[in-house]
Amino acid sequence: MSTTLDAGHVPAPRELTTNPRTSDKIFRGVVTGFGMTALLILTLIGLFLSIRGIQTIHMQGFGFLTRSNWEVVQTDAGTTYNLGVGAMLLGTVLISIIALVIGVPLSVALALFLTFYAPARIKTFLVSVVDLMAAFPSVLYGLWGFFVLMPLATYWGKLLFKYLNWIPIFDAPQYFFERSPFIAGVVLAIMIIPIVTSVAREVFAQTPLDRIQAAYALGATKWGVIKTVVFPFGNSGLIGGAMLGLGRAFGETVAVYSVLNIVFKVNIHILYGSGGNVASMIIQKWGESTGGETTALLAAGFILFLLTLLVNLGANFIVRNTLKSGK
Amino acid sequence: MTDLAYDTVKPIKPWKATGKERITTAISLLLALVLAGVAVKTTGLSGKLGYALSFIIFSTLFQIVVSVRKFGRKALGDSIATSLVYTGATLTFAPVVSILFITLKNGIAGLRWNLFTTDMFNASFLDPIGNGGLLHALLGTVTLILIAMVISVPMGIMTALYLTEIRGKGSNLIQFVVQAMSGVPSVVAGLFIFTSVILLTPLKASATAGGLALTVLMIPTVTRTAQEVLLLVPADLREAGLAMGATQWKTVATIVVPAARNGLITATILGVARIAGETAPLIFTIGGADKLNLNPFKDYTSAMPFYVWKGLTLGTPESIQRAWTGILILLILVLSLFTVARTLGGRRMK
Amino acid sequence: MTTDNNTPENSAEKNEGAEMTTQVASSSLANISQAHNLGKRTPGTQALGAGLEARGVHAWFGKHHALANVSLDFSAGTVTALIGPSGCGKSTFIRTLNRMHEFIPSAAMAGEVLLDGKDVYAPGTDVTKIRLQIGMVFQKPNPFPSMTIGENVLSGLKLAQLKVENKDDLLEECLVRAGLWKEVKDRLGAHAGGLSGGQQQRLCIARSLAVKPKVLLMDEPCSALDPGSTLRIEDTINELSSSMTIIIVTHNMQQAARVSDYTAFFLSEGGPGQMIEVAPTSEIFSRPQDKRTENYVSGRFG
Repeated sequence: MSTTLDAGHVPAPRELTTNPRTSDKIFRGVVTGFGMTALLILTLIGLFLSIRGIQTIHMQGFGFLTRSNWEVVQTDAGTTYNLGVGAMLLGTVLISIIALVIGVPLSVALALFLTFYAPARIKTFLVSVVDLMAAFPSVLYGLWGFFVLMPLATYWGKLLFKYLNWIPIFDAPQYFFERSPFIAGVVLAIMIIPIVTSVAREVFAQTPLDRIQAAYALGATKWGVIKTVVFPFGNSGLIGGAMLGLGRAFGETVAVYSVLNIVFKVNIHILYGSGGNVASMIIQKWGESTGGETTALLAAGFILFLLTLLVNLGANFIVRNTLKSGK
Repeated sequence: MTDLAYDTVKPIKPWKATGKERITTAISLLLALVLAGVAVKTTGLSGKLGYALSFIIFSTLFQIVVSVRKFGRKALGDSIATSLVYTGATLTFAPVVSILFITLKNGIAGLRWNLFTTDMFNASFLDPIGNGGLLHALLGTVTLILIAMVISVPMGIMTALYLTEIRGKGSNLIQFVVQAMSGVPSVVAGLFIFTSVILLTPLKASATAGGLALTVLMIPTVTRTAQEVLLLVPADLREAGLAMGATQWKTVATIVVPAARNGLITATILGVARIAGETAPLIFTIGGADKLNLNPFKDYTSAMPFYVWKGLTLGTPESIQRAWTGILILLILVLSLFTVARTLGGRRMK
Repeated sequence: MTTDNNTPENSAEKNEGAEMTTQVASSSLANISQAHNLGKRTPGTQALGAGLEARGVHAWFGKHHALANVSLDFSAGTVTALIGPSGCGKSTFIRTLNRMHEFIPSAAMAGEVLLDGKDVYAPGTDVTKIRLQIGMVFQKPNPFPSMTIGENVLSGLKLAQLKVENKDDLLEECLVRAGLWKEVKDRLGAHAGGLSGGQQQRLCIARSLAVKPKVLLMDEPCSALDPGSTLRIEDTINELSSSMTIIIVTHNMQQAARVSDYTAFFLSEGGPGQMIEVAPTSEIFSRPQDKRTENYVSGRFG
């Protein structure tokens, strides 16, 4: 063998050139083009709504985000607007947190039941039922929430007030418990159960079987296995699932509108019938809005868009990382 | 080695609960029911809530007593957890049962033949349900779905093909974008179409505008489901096609897509089920007509969820009856779509 | 099936009587095995570990009959190797011993497994107690990654809610017995994921020792390890064999020869897996009784 190659000489990698046929070039071009439209649509949503956002900030200042009044005054000199979504933003977050506090434990219990407790025969059926819950139209949740849940939840609210009113958030300035943030939170809790449950189920199902078996072989009970193996593996995935639920809760519109008394005033007494919600406020004010008020409503939509975008991307990031680590 | 006959040996599952254990469970649940009744009678607890609460407490207590007596102290945490899991699961199914029951009960009460033959042009929502109908809403929903389908099915499947077949430099970004899109609130989709299409183009509030708003919501569902089924097509099928000298285009068109056909139909149906019941985006985009309008490009139209919404917000007994009946019909539509998707999807898995 | 009079309440006294009656009833294969085992029980080992006896054990997965009529008596303080080609039911068999078999939803079984004379499948048996007494080491090392080395060793105590006087002593004792103490004594607080594969497997052994099992099942414990680690695990097995009953499934016949007192040969000939022959290890490898065993140990198949 010739040894004239000096040690430092490494041959340059050959460039692999493929020259796809014309039909393939067209195919790839067309499919890529379609793939990019999703990006285009999302950009356009952001662009069009952000224009309205900028206009509104220009008109109302940054106080639009913090103020809690919504006044349109017609005078001879023209229309003056005094608009702010502070109470609505706070209300959205408040209701969504109530939804998480109620919905996430139930979803985790349901996911545990479906993964570790339910007999195989009824499991498939129950999983379909949970998926079906996700397919219920939100106006159905609104109808049911208004006529069936609200009377019940109002009673629960009164009970909470009776026994827990020494905790500030369970207090109420007046004896009025219908259409409260609490009730809206209960409706939202039911609505986010399917998504949180399905993420939780996916995460639980990814728990490495050998760790589960190791725990059982050490004499663990089922709960012992869940506590020492399943939860430590899945907790960040559960957080991601809860965040996905939060994103849903932020954007839910007609169901919340049906059961919430929208008042432009900051209220942290969750049992008291006065609340805020950006999405519901938009459809409430939409009908008779004109000019600057419409622009402001579109701006509110932009804020909602940004909020859900942020939460969803964070959630998807966390869930994907968890599922990857299980493989 | 066939000289040993094992026919006499029966497989058993000694780990399953025995008859005695099942009877114990049944008795303790029954006892908890009775005791809950007693508790409601004798203590401050009252109503269905009090009954449910005391039942949960009593049944949990019995469960704890039975298992701790048998297995010792470490069964305590396990039996509490078991009770909580069962309670939680039951609580989550309670609303589903309640919703289906109440919708069926209230909806059937208003079912009339005239609902399917007329619109509301000559009737008012406040009239008894025998007047007028929801034909305009039903056909409006069909139109909206068709428009959304025509756009989002090709777009969704193409985007999925981009993610699974081309895997170009932008794949990660597009994956990211599709996820972000699936989280866009429906109200935002409506506002977007309003501020772009309705304000800036000659197209005013109409079925097409509504269909476009629904498209925004449908694309991510179709894309994600289509992507899942395309990933299930074995890689060697693709390689087999390419190795025979076929172009990628031919391979995808003649091998990959046909192999995933059922799954792609499922993706379409799930997408339709996702948007069929959407209300919020329509409030900004379809105008809300009471008259049947079959021209998708011009004039206001209606839709089933919009009809229900209108009935609910008007708030009179007659209009609410219309809402219940409307939602029953819409629910049947969504349920059938869902069942078809499940059946097709289930077959795909085998 | 034989009537079961070995309920936990009355088993201790009736233990011997039960053994006598079923010996007669069990199959010819079982008689061979018992004859061998009874003959070779070395004095002084009876007190250590616990005897484990399988009687007419069958296993099914759904309709699939995976294992048929295995009767084996593992005397206290012995090491038994289970050998045989893949798919012969050895792993299924040891999973019936500590009731891990039942985790597969379609699983079913028949027969009895007696731990110190008590049927582990008797109604009302606390299965977690059974698994505490019959420890298990798996094919792939599976320490709990969220716990430190120390926490891993003591995790069994936490899971079974056992109280110990001096945790540090127990921790050291288990790690010493598993042959890992010297390597990890300075980093007990480190996470277990940082250990090498062989160290992780010895950690898993230490973990199963902490709950003081009487029997240790090892399901191909070295198949995922390099030769050096394999030798260390074998040393550990030799150390442990003085104090407990060990049953090890292995594909490696040299390993069986190195570590075990008895060897049982399993085989499936199209139908369910069966135990073909059991004998002291030296005899299995030098003068097997069955032609099929001879073919296997001489490397003609498998």
